[in-house]
Amino acid sequence: MSSDAMAIHQQTDVGSRPWVETLHGWVTTVDHKRLGILYILYALLFLAVAGSEAMIIRIQLMYPHNSFVSPQVFNRIFTMHGTTMVFFVGIPVLFGLANYLVPLMIGARDMAFPRLNAFSFWLTALGGFLLYFSFLGGSGLYGAGNAPDVGWWAYAPLTSRAFSPGHSSDYWTISLLVAGFGSIGTAVNIIATILCMRCPGMKLSRMPLLVWLNLVVSGLVLIAITPLSAAQIMLCVDRYLGGHFFDTQAGGSATLWMHFFWIFGHPEVYILILPAFAVLSEVIPVFSRKPMFGYPVMVGATIAIGFISMSVWAHHMFSIGMSSYGNAFFVLTTMAIAVPTGIKIFNWLGTMWGGRIIFKTPMLFCIGFLFNFLIAGLTGIMLGSAAFNWQLTGSYFVVAHFHYTLSGSFLFGIFAAFYYWYPKITGRMLSERLGKLHFWLFFIGFHLCFDLMHIPGLLGMARRIYTYEAGRGWDTLNLLVSIGAFIQGIATLIFVANLIVSYFKGAKAGNDPWDAWTLEWSVSSPPPAYNFAVTPTVASRRPLWDLKHPEDPDSRYE
Amino acid sequence: MSAITTPFSQTPATWKLPYRGQVGMACLIIAESAIFTIFVVAYLYYIGKSLTGPTPREVLETPIFFTVCLLSSSLTIHLASKLLERGKRGGFLVLWFLTIVLGALFMYGTVREWHRLIYEHGLTISSNLFGTTYYSLVGLHATHVTVGLLMLTIVLLFGLAGRVGQEQSARIDVLSMYWHFVDAVWVVVFTVVYVLGR
Repeated sequence: MSSDAMAIHQQTDVGSRPWVETLHGWVTTVDHKRLGILYILYALLFLAVAGSEAMIIRIQLMYPHNSFVSPQVFNRIFTMHGTTMVFFVGIPVLFGLANYLVPLMIGARDMAFPRLNAFSFWLTALGGFLLYFSFLGGSGLYGAGNAPDVGWWAYAPLTSRAFSPGHSSDYWTISLLVAGFGSIGTAVNIIATILCMRCPGMKLSRMPLLVWLNLVVSGLVLIAITPLSAAQIMLCVDRYLGGHFFDTQAGGSATLWMHFFWIFGHPEVYILILPAFAVLSEVIPVFSRKPMFGYPVMVGATIAIGFISMSVWAHHMFSIGMSSYGNAFFVLTTMAIAVPTGIKIFNWLGTMWGGRIIFKTPMLFCIGFLFNFLIAGLTGIMLGSAAFNWQLTGSYFVVAHFHYTLSGSFLFGIFAAFYYWYPKITGRMLSERLGKLHFWLFFIGFHLCFDLMHIPGLLGMARRIYTYEAGRGWDTLNLLVSIGAFIQGIATLIFVANLIVSYFKGAKAGNDPWDAWTLEWSVSSPPPAYNFAVTPTVASRRPLWDLKHPEDPDSRYE
Repeated sequence: MSAITTPFSQTPATWKLPYRGQVGMACLIIAESAIFTIFVVAYLYYIGKSLTGPTPREVLETPIFFTVCLLSSSLTIHLASKLLERGKRGGFLVLWFLTIVLGALFMYGTVREWHRLIYEHGLTISSNLFGTTYYSLVGLHATHVTVGLLMLTIVLLFGLAGRVGQEQSARIDVLSMYWHFVDAVWVVVFTVVYVLGR
């Protein structure tokens, strides 16, 4: 490929090239590392956008009868916040990490299909821009609605022509359809890479856990994102061709949309959280100075989560009135998924137990994750029981629960990944001082915000309301929740400042700043375009340990 | 580059990995199966729920001949790729062309059926739930057949130009996997639409 040659060339004299050529190099790149970085930068951009939307929501709810935004704008903002965070922050950042790390960790030159990789990224990018273009183009000729305002579930019949005139819902549909095709392309690519591109000796039983978990995530993407794509096609048929899939007036069913959406929606939660598990499974052993405890069990638990997650979707729908058998089935599967997840938590604790723990920023985020994820799991079990769920569904209790998994767990895992792999990607260490400040501010802000958010939910505050009456016991709590949200915002700004400042002023990282054990740390930081000068050969799960300790290699015991 | 990029230890004697094309196509087939599953579920769920006519019993005729065409094209493409594997390019081209003809015949059958339904029975995608689900499911399948035919034709053109030889047989196998999948989906669609749906 000529672009490979160009990438190598650019690394030597990037400073002297005109910026147009540098830009051209990035736009036409098929290098998995550059695409990984593009994915991550794209996710950061949308993290800023969706984060600002979260701030708007919290400003509006700070006081009763606040009129910071109108009810219509409030609907648009929470719809865009949810959609953006799930599809254009969560998925790109996990694909970015997988893109960057998987080939390096399995000793490969690139992904299995480099051009498909680039194509998938640009599809995802197009999806995000389409979603936000609806702010401008959503009114179309009808002069109504200028951003999707149907919630991120987009329940029928809200999305029908009668209730959603204009094109804002169409932008939502097309954007998710396009981004979904991008996700499928990348998932195909990751699976093919893992199964077909491993270096000699890298058996499945020796793969780093991050690679294993990404294999399961990609499998889930194949069977979970596609139902959403199918449902979006049906919605398009309804809206453009006069179909009746979700048109209750012609015998169609609104419930069917709910099923289709949540068959996607619940596995999606695991698609997001498994990459965070993957990060923990790499960071915790290195910062505990011990090999991973219970590697085969960890792999088994991951696969079990993958399977069970496909059979729990209707626990989002207890309140629609399913049969008691339906309710019992989904309660039991939801309880069952707590078992493999619990196994994982014990494995991480078992890895830390007796280890010499180093409290650097990546490890702090992992430890914070363990606490947050435990609580998220416990409220998940509460909501998974149908009788309890009937009381609290659609309340702020649910909002607090899933922000515990997405903000307190997924985001903590991703922050850990940033602090851990930033030196590999840029060649510079992130500032430990700013990192610790970021961690503590974010941790305190997170708990102030989302711990307290459970209580208005228990007191009956419904989600998605744009304001509320004073004197219901929600006022002080909502003010504190908003303050917690602002603290998280400030912490994230410190994080971004750290990313920028350390890129120019950070200490040089060297190849292996953490004394780690997986293959990506054996090459220079940032890695050369060709990754490995000599294709490595591995004999154990910790190839760099074997290399550093030839007198006592792991391969002797595995 | 530091010292630790030197080779790690001796290469194992045998190190064989699956072909990425086949793995990629298998993944695509899994994803496509999920999409079809959703459309099939919607079709089954809405059987008999239309508020107005026409109903499937009134208007649908079982396309036996065209189904036989499509299913036998699976056999011809299989034999074609086997011939290519053994280096017999002439036989490959003949069977490959036959596959395209059989696929095109099937598409002609769909076109005729749709024409009849629309112009004789007035059934369109917006008529009733049957129309919506029927045209969506059969149309989704027909789209896949069309994409398959386009790819088969591209290979045929390359083959006529003498550019498809034994060394491409792994790639041809990947395309034939896709074609088998499209045929297998038709078995499901046929059962759902013409057997269960009436």
